[in-house]
Amino acid sequence: MRAVRIGNGQGFWGDSVDAPVELLRGGEIDYIGMDYLAEVTLSIMMRQKLKDPAAGYATDFIGFVRRVLPELVERNVKVICNAGGLNPQGARARVFEVARELGVGGFKVGVVEGDDILPRLPELIAAGHELANMETGEPIAPIVDRVTSANAYLGARGVVEALGAGALIVLCGRITDTALALAPMAHEFGWDFEDWDRLSAGTIAGHVIECGAQCTGGNFSRWWEVPDLWNVGYPVVEAHEDGTFVVTKHEGTGGMVTVDTVSEQLLYEMGDPRQYVGPDCVADFTSVRLAQEGLDRVRVSGIRGGPRTPFLKVSASYLEGYKATGQITVSGPRAVEKARLAAETVWKRLERAGVRFAPEQTTVELLGTGACLPGVLAPPADPPEVVLRLGVRDGDRDKLARFGMEIAPLVTAGPPGVTGFAGGRPKPQEVVAYWPALLAREEVEGRVTVSVEEA
Amino acid sequence: MRVPLSRVAHARSGDKGDGSNVGLIADTPEIFELLRAQVTAERVKEHFREVCRGAVERYEVPNLGALNFILHDSLGGGGTESLKTDAQGKTHGQGLLTLEIEVPAELLAEDR
Repeated sequence: MRAVRIGNGQGFWGDSVDAPVELLRGGEIDYIGMDYLAEVTLSIMMRQKLKDPAAGYATDFIGFVRRVLPELVERNVKVICNAGGLNPQGARARVFEVARELGVGGFKVGVVEGDDILPRLPELIAAGHELANMETGEPIAPIVDRVTSANAYLGARGVVEALGAGALIVLCGRITDTALALAPMAHEFGWDFEDWDRLSAGTIAGHVIECGAQCTGGNFSRWWEVPDLWNVGYPVVEAHEDGTFVVTKHEGTGGMVTVDTVSEQLLYEMGDPRQYVGPDCVADFTSVRLAQEGLDRVRVSGIRGGPRTPFLKVSASYLEGYKATGQITVSGPRAVEKARLAAETVWKRLERAGVRFAPEQTTVELLGTGACLPGVLAPPADPPEVVLRLGVRDGDRDKLARFGMEIAPLVTAGPPGVTGFAGGRPKPQEVVAYWPALLAREEVEGRVTVSVEEA
Repeated sequence: MRVPLSRVAHARSGDKGDGSNVGLIADTPEIFELLRAQVTAERVKEHFREVCRGAVERYEVPNLGALNFILHDSLGGGGTESLKTDAQGKTHGQGLLTLEIEVPAELLAEDR
């Protein structure tokens, strides 16, 4: 049986808009997976949908479809993505509109739904589901009125069903990133959904490519060894029926695929390597064997895993007050001392105005002195300039607006050498906080629906 | 010889709730044994004492010649709540590579 080539053209919402197009045009490819949902993206989409019932999906995806739809149909390259967000039906309607505008037809779009549990939260809580925060153990009930989105991470099965019904494009909401790769493998090879080793292999293949260029030379420790990073090729896995696969990229692209670049990505966002818990299985990263089998080709084998747990992960978001950050540049001799004086000036002027913040709700960073890694990297003795970054967090929006007014005066009523204040006063932003929880999978899985329609 | 980890290993970090994870990968099996012995959870906690407010956990991934560290409570609240520039621990891997360990001279490759 031939290998199935599965790529990732989008590692997160905001990733390169050209990458998926290059991935499609740069060589042989059977499937393109694309991830558009960060932890709190669905909360933003909720607000968009409240304003406009037709909205609530990742509009970048429509731009991609407009650029490449005729080629997708002609070459039968399938696209699987979570761009459907909170409104995959709306996203499909838009894809069909674009198809009509382009005069393209004769293809099918699948929609997988059932991840959105927001409307069911009261009923779930009443039935005894605590949806306790996985970090703190707190039950969700006390904050349920502030919850703005709640979605279960679905596994690969809905996508497999849509592919089986002939979908060229599969639009999902919250499905787990790794399913973007596992689903086409399970579909092509007819894998059993209790074949834990193969499901784990597909899951790990998905993990390796889910962040796009992070396995092909992006974010690599030894960046100076990476050729033509500007033209970095996004990853392709050549998957085989037995669960082994090769990580590679299209010829002629920049970047590199080595045991080292793949190893770094395997460990990315890793907890216990023996228990990588996903919706379809529990993968064991200590079983992975890597071998460089050629230039930009890493063979992955040996993967084992175990049965899925009785739970699905739920990602909820809720409103947790406001925050504001502002920054100025301080240059010239004794820049660090001047920046410290500027920060103190802001706090004292706010205090005079009756505005106080709890110390743990404020931050002062002197960028250029090792602010990202305090105590780890030694600061320079007297840097020629630093960026002073101030931040505050509070439940009172007015206090944050008042804070925003105290940055600009530093230019004339602060120490000398203050510059780079642009973009107006810092504005209070709503803090949309993240609430990870677990939910019994039977509460969700029986309600997952898959529909496939033809353009 | 006392050298920074960047001479003998590479690393990647990312967020894990309100903490970060740092994967540290040895260049050779011999170096992996040195990392195992010297780069303990306690040393990593001390290295990141001003960043990491919680405990440091260590997992071994011998098949990759790697150690995985979880730095609990190191993101100022994590994700969208944090006021930090590095709210996702993206820099923690680079930070770990500055930790120094003892490496016999014969195990050191060309300067990295």
